[in-house]
Amino acid sequence: MNDVLPAWQSPLESIDAVDQGLTAAGYIANRQITTAIYMAHHLQKPILVEGPAGVGKTELAKSVAAWMKLPLIRMQCYEGLDESKALYEWKYGKQLLYTQILKDKISSVIGESDNLATSLNKLHAFGDIFFSKQFLEPRPLLRALEEPGGAVLLIDEIDKSDQEFEAFLLEILSDFQVTIPEIGTVGAIVPPIVLLTSNSTRDLGDALKRRCLHLHIGFPDEKLEAKIIASRVPGIDASLLRQLVSFVQQLRALDLKKVPSVSETIDWAKVLVLLHTSVLSVDLVRDTLNVLLKFEADIEAANKQIAGLTHKARSDAGLAA
Amino acid sequence: MSGSASASEPLRRFLQVARGAGLRVSAAEGIDAARAVKMIGYADREILKDSLGLILAKTPEEKSAYHEAFELYFKRDDIGGNPDQDQDQDDSPQGDGPNQSNPGSQAQGGEGMGGSGGQTLGQMLEQEDRASLATAMEQAAREAGIENIRFFTQKNLYARRILDRMGLRQVERDIEALRQTGTPEGLGRAQFLEGRVDQLRDSVRDFVERNLILFAKGETEKFREELLKSARLSNLERRDLDRMRVLVRQMAKKLAARYAKTRRRRLRGQLDIRRTMRRNMGWGGIPFITVWKQKRIEKPRVMVLCDVSGSVAAMSQFLLMFLYALNEALSDIRSFAFAGSLIEVSEILEKEPVEQAITRIMETIGFGSSNFGNSFADFEDGWMQHVTNKTTIIILGDARGNRTDPRTDIVARMSQRAKRIIWLNPEYKSAWGTGDSDMYRYAPFCNLVTVCNTLRHLERAITDILEDAV
Repeated sequence: MNDVLPAWQSPLESIDAVDQGLTAAGYIANRQITTAIYMAHHLQKPILVEGPAGVGKTELAKSVAAWMKLPLIRMQCYEGLDESKALYEWKYGKQLLYTQILKDKISSVIGESDNLATSLNKLHAFGDIFFSKQFLEPRPLLRALEEPGGAVLLIDEIDKSDQEFEAFLLEILSDFQVTIPEIGTVGAIVPPIVLLTSNSTRDLGDALKRRCLHLHIGFPDEKLEAKIIASRVPGIDASLLRQLVSFVQQLRALDLKKVPSVSETIDWAKVLVLLHTSVLSVDLVRDTLNVLLKFEADIEAANKQIAGLTHKARSDAGLAA
Repeated sequence: MSGSASASEPLRRFLQVARGAGLRVSAAEGIDAARAVKMIGYADREILKDSLGLILAKTPEEKSAYHEAFELYFKRDDIGGNPDQDQDQDDSPQGDGPNQSNPGSQAQGGEGMGGSGGQTLGQMLEQEDRASLATAMEQAAREAGIENIRFFTQKNLYARRILDRMGLRQVERDIEALRQTGTPEGLGRAQFLEGRVDQLRDSVRDFVERNLILFAKGETEKFREELLKSARLSNLERRDLDRMRVLVRQMAKKLAARYAKTRRRRLRGQLDIRRTMRRNMGWGGIPFITVWKQKRIEKPRVMVLCDVSGSVAAMSQFLLMFLYALNEALSDIRSFAFAGSLIEVSEILEKEPVEQAITRIMETIGFGSSNFGNSFADFEDGWMQHVTNKTTIIILGDARGNRTDPRTDIVARMSQRAKRIIWLNPEYKSAWGTGDSDMYRYAPFCNLVTVCNTLRHLERAITDILEDAV
């Protein structure tokens, strides 16, 4: 790319650099993720991140922002979200207030015109002051475009929004610009890094997918999860770490309504550290299982297997059972 | 960069393979892929795979299809001993020219293999230079246009073309000449070369086969799907069931997407004065926000009565499948199944996965001999009061009631209450009214009676229904 790169973009010069940067920000990524960030920047395309809840989709955006020291602009999607909440809104109150204040000045503008036509002409000459940028309330999307140093725009849980909203996003996603009827087209000063997340509660449209890079984040394998926990819960004992990761990995293999996510593993690790645990025991696991599992039925199902799982976890960590 | 849009040769061919594997790669995505490749090159296969995967594959199913296609395609290259070098050279605009100076492998196309300093096919065969052979084969295949292969009947044709381009004729002539010498040494060499040529033939045939899988899979799939769409549902075989299920789901999804959109439409230009005043009361009646008159669009309220008796058993599988898909798509739909009597199946369709739902319905009520009169009576007892002047009733069945009382009086009452009745009959029109068919007795009370025995018919009928309801 021959484009002149602003200074902040230099950390993105190689895939390894991305990896290091994210690690420094406390996000342990696999190569697919780092490749995605690298490509997203160089191809200037948004990334659509899909995957089960709690694997670090939102966290990825936060970490990218933290690492590159860019503001993170987050837009949470929900049913009924429309452009007045996502893009911009006119400040009605301010417009109204100003018209009231300026009521007295109107005679000076219109002057001594005695008929309607000339006074209207004079008003026209005045321009559309009430529909200018001063009266525009920027919402997340517009803010992300107007950020002078670039930004990380996180459009969270896009699958929760309506289909119309998805269509509305297309312009901003492909060209990094939006059209405001009263003002015109607003383009990005520096194209933001855009991440969209989805839990696949509904299928997104092809048009949206076509404009994005598609990254699927699944549950990490044992090694990666251990690295993530170690980075998020500093000071955790290495043997405990191995045990708890092995336990969670086994738990995921069970037939559960909602399998524990990475964020829940982190919570559990924190709890165990707080309790000064060094070896997993059946009782301890039983008492703290509600950190990992959030459904009564799941806890019941897991309870029956705790002894076996704990035993396996201990032997995986090289401890005698 | 302006020139970044031209896809390089190996990538272009890979995109074709990917499309064949069922990925829907648009032109825009192809351009992105080219830009990505330009950026990262072919050197690191893993990174290449990840990057292209981000651009080309957008669902879990596509990801796995992509994975397979990538391995198949780039594995194939790896035989060429030195693929990266080969690939990179192809990036240059004229990379495919006959005088390409490739230090690793001097394979050339055409008959003129003789001079030009490179190895001839004969030499390669004699020295068992596998790497050069593979590269030569690759090159020859490219020139023979292997990516255009579509049918298995073309296998020999392409194998022959590749062998010709690799210079087999010359080798055959050499063998013949060696034979002519009559010396034991010459005969020995001839035999040796013949053995090698046979091996070469086998590997070329193998190579063509692999390419056939690679390039032609998508075409055949598409062809098969087209056939399925217009095949009579009752003639479909078991092995087509899975594919059919996918098609049905696609169709239902398409219909749902089209009709799930906004239920209200603004009437541009007609100000709703009453609501504008109220909306702007907060600003002293100065109309900041204008409210326009709206037209409310009715959601279709559909009741479907599906015949699952023995006479239409083959058909009802698909009808139920479609019903299931439609049930996912439309919110206000009630489904009934009947043979000797009638039950509501909305709940089963809603709560259970498609296979189980269909089996359960068939077990509960299916396969009996049908009694339309009885079933309509059941409907009148249980659900007639829910039929309003906004309801569309769809009846799927052959109207063959085994000479029982057709109870047209109930259908008459249904047609009075409902917005309309649509009868979809899997039989051809010529069979209506023959034997125990009561179709013409019911027909006067139906707003529409139509033949429906392929997926295409079904789609058209349902589209009409939804369109009218809007």
